[in-house]
Amino acid sequence: MDYINLFVRSVFIENMIFAYFLGMCSYLAVSKTVKTAVGLGAAVIFVLAITVPLNFLLDTYLLQPGALSWLGAEYASIDLSFLSFIMFIAVIAAMVQLVEMVVEKFAPALYGSLGIFLPLIAVNCAILGGALFMQQKAFSWIGEAAVYGLGSGVGWFLAILAIAAIREKITYSNVPAPLKGLGITFIITGLMAIGFMSFMGIKI
Amino acid sequence: MLQIINIMAQEIKNKPEQTAGLTQKEKEARKEEMVLFLSNSEEREALFSKANRQLVTDPLNDDNPITVQVLGICSALAITVQLEPAVVMAVAVITVVAFSNVIVSLLRNMIPNRIRIIVQLVVVAGLVALVDQILRAYAYDVSKQLSVFIGLIITNCIVMGRLEAFALGNKPWKSFLDGIGNGAGYGLILIIVAFFRELLGSGKLFGYEILGHKGATIAESTGLYALGYENNGLMLLSPMALIVVGIIIWVQRSRNRKLIEA
Repeated sequence: MDYINLFVRSVFIENMIFAYFLGMCSYLAVSKTVKTAVGLGAAVIFVLAITVPLNFLLDTYLLQPGALSWLGAEYASIDLSFLSFIMFIAVIAAMVQLVEMVVEKFAPALYGSLGIFLPLIAVNCAILGGALFMQQKAFSWIGEAAVYGLGSGVGWFLAILAIAAIREKITYSNVPAPLKGLGITFIITGLMAIGFMSFMGIKI
Repeated sequence: MLQIINIMAQEIKNKPEQTAGLTQKEKEARKEEMVLFLSNSEEREALFSKANRQLVTDPLNDDNPITVQVLGICSALAITVQLEPAVVMAVAVITVVAFSNVIVSLLRNMIPNRIRIIVQLVVVAGLVALVDQILRAYAYDVSKQLSVFIGLIITNCIVMGRLEAFALGNKPWKSFLDGIGNGAGYGLILIIVAFFRELLGSGKLFGYEILGHKGATIAESTGLYALGYENNGLMLLSPMALIVVGIIIWVQRSRNRKLIEA
């Protein structure tokens, strides 16, 4: 089925971290322990799964060339795509603020453990990147955009979980001092990215 | 101004209960302190004083945004396959960081704390939209190559990071220099990575063949290819960018031992 294909492709083959390197800053900063990594990953899945479909609606009915034709035929020639960046980022910032308020009200324990990372998701490249790639891919209806958003989030979550687990293990390894911490993480991430490239030829 | 200082100093000198326990030397020191304190706010720092020059040179090595501050990694990796897009991206980022630093620094006393992030995002998004339109007008091929990543400068951690860490608490000229410095540090890493990737991956720099021309067979090739040299195709793949940056960090921290993490 087409949706499973899309989902698997956005998790493994077009992985946000290993294929496009989006969201690297928080990926590197938060992956020191598995616990924080899981918290941030879950938050990213949530935000991506909600903002990508929302931005899809915005793009289809407002920003695309010819999108305003539902208002009337005379508006069909207006092209507002230059406003994409500002509108997407506004939606993302507002959504993150909303998610923060909802999580605080309905799951205070989760809110406490996420701490500062929830507002930081607003400036995570992966979220805006997801929206911009969705714009490029030109999906036909909102369901596809939602599956793409969910898949991207799950892919990011998988990546940060993996690197956090590996970093916890190599604290006891004999890494040369100049490479400790950031250097070895870069090299390991590079090797993991090469590993994920093995998924490239898979057709479902 | 100095007259006021003198009068105030006299007052302190003449108030016995305030200066009772102090010796004559301490009273002089106090007066001097007051003069220095009051006159520093009047003195203007030179435009390119040592502190200002350090704002530009520090991020090039000691405080590099990518290798030390761990910011701006996202777009640094995917567009370094060739030198030309890397240079264009570096220039774009320097422009955005410097000017957004200036704008936010000018507005810093007027922004309410709760909507701080939103205001910063709007300023940066506006600047990036401008840079994007200019690139599409004057360098269309490169902008197609860079595609999504120009838009991603908005969420580039360096921009937001410097706005929060510096522009919100410093004057416009210093913020401008800080922006130029951090943008240049970012650009330096970008260019180094792109240099190695393009040279080793395709034998070219800026599209010009450096290592000789690769023909259909060894006999038809010139330069290094005539000796049987083959391009390292792995370098053209994105994971190598990560490994090259890892090696750059290794080299930098070996030479600069205070950057090593405990």
